[in-house]
Amino acid sequence: METQTQDKLAEKFQAKIDADIKIEPNDWMPDTYRKTLIRQISQHAHSEIVGMLPEGNWITRAPSLRRKAVLLAKVQDEAGHGLYLYSATETLGVSREDTIDDLHSGKVKYSSIFNYPTLTWADIGAIGWLVDGAAIMNQVALCRTSYGPYARAMVKICKEESFHQRQGYEIMTTLMNGTEAQREMAQDAMNRFWWPALMMFGPSDAESKHTEQSMRWRIKRHTNDELRQSFVDASVPQAELIGLKIPDPNLVWNEARGHYDFGAIDWEEFWQVVGGNGPCNKERIEARVKAKEEGEWVREAAMAYAKKHKS
Amino acid sequence: MSTNEWPLWEVFIRSKQGLNHKHVGSLRAPDAEMALQNARDVYTRRSEGISIWVVQSALITASDPADSEAYFEPSDSKVYRHPTFYDLPDGIEHM
Repeated sequence: METQTQDKLAEKFQAKIDADIKIEPNDWMPDTYRKTLIRQISQHAHSEIVGMLPEGNWITRAPSLRRKAVLLAKVQDEAGHGLYLYSATETLGVSREDTIDDLHSGKVKYSSIFNYPTLTWADIGAIGWLVDGAAIMNQVALCRTSYGPYARAMVKICKEESFHQRQGYEIMTTLMNGTEAQREMAQDAMNRFWWPALMMFGPSDAESKHTEQSMRWRIKRHTNDELRQSFVDASVPQAELIGLKIPDPNLVWNEARGHYDFGAIDWEEFWQVVGGNGPCNKERIEARVKAKEEGEWVREAAMAYAKKHKS
Repeated sequence: MSTNEWPLWEVFIRSKQGLNHKHVGSLRAPDAEMALQNARDVYTRRSEGISIWVVQSALITASDPADSEAYFEPSDSKVYRHPTFYDLPDGIEHM
């Protein structure tokens, strides 16, 4: 009897998904759908928050007031995006505190790209152009995801992120129009961020354990490899236009496919970084834990003040 | 610590004079005043609004989506509430 009702509910649920009707917080959903979303949205939220760290590293050293104001606005946006996504996660019935603790304990990951250091100012350009570019590619597709609160957060985020990529590309363009040393700096950033940016789309479709089910539930609307290909196709002409070389000897336009062919990704590096052995994993989590612990008295004081003034 | 977690607030924004406040999302804040300030920073960084309402999520009473079919049936079944239900003789174009 019980399983019969469950089966019926599951059937109705899938029918809604197939008809492109959004799922809202209080609607019935399979446990695994809920769990998948909690994992994916919280991972996404953590990425926005941890993503502030490598860029924040350059705010005080931005080369001009204009660049500094832009970078501050961008980093503030990332904080906002993290907050939209934590709220969306909470609609699935998990507490924000627990969600954040799962990041700090390492139980839930964030995008592995943020485990790479920002060594030069050009890295800020490369991150805006390539990393935000890759994120946007992914997020535009997620605007049509089946869970309402996630889709709505994505629409807002995509609208705001469009300047992020442009400001990065502008930094790269300016450097490429500069001195020999500046061009070298830009190319060096490109060389270090290109492959990690490609890895941002996640394992290849054959290796991705979540893709098939997520596609059926329309949580994902495109596979990792499809999005990665779109990103390569979009980025190569942008690099060429300003004279940056793609650090891939196997990159070639494939007339028959209508896409660029590109070299093999070093998945060993990807799994190492995901597994905690990237250049900055430890530093990133330490910074987040420190922020939480050192801010605790402020949160407590604000709460005590609110209680005291409640008439 | 969880008992001390800031309450959840729902945020509504009037995008311009003459329009309704519309739900845009939620946030956590210790009190109404800070909820308003946080809402301004989180939800109106690009001139999205001229007025904000915040209300504690716990104070909202909502209809149950599982009952929505039966709950809204009375309005679905009364097609005669819509002007298209009525036949007009030829010659009457606007009514």
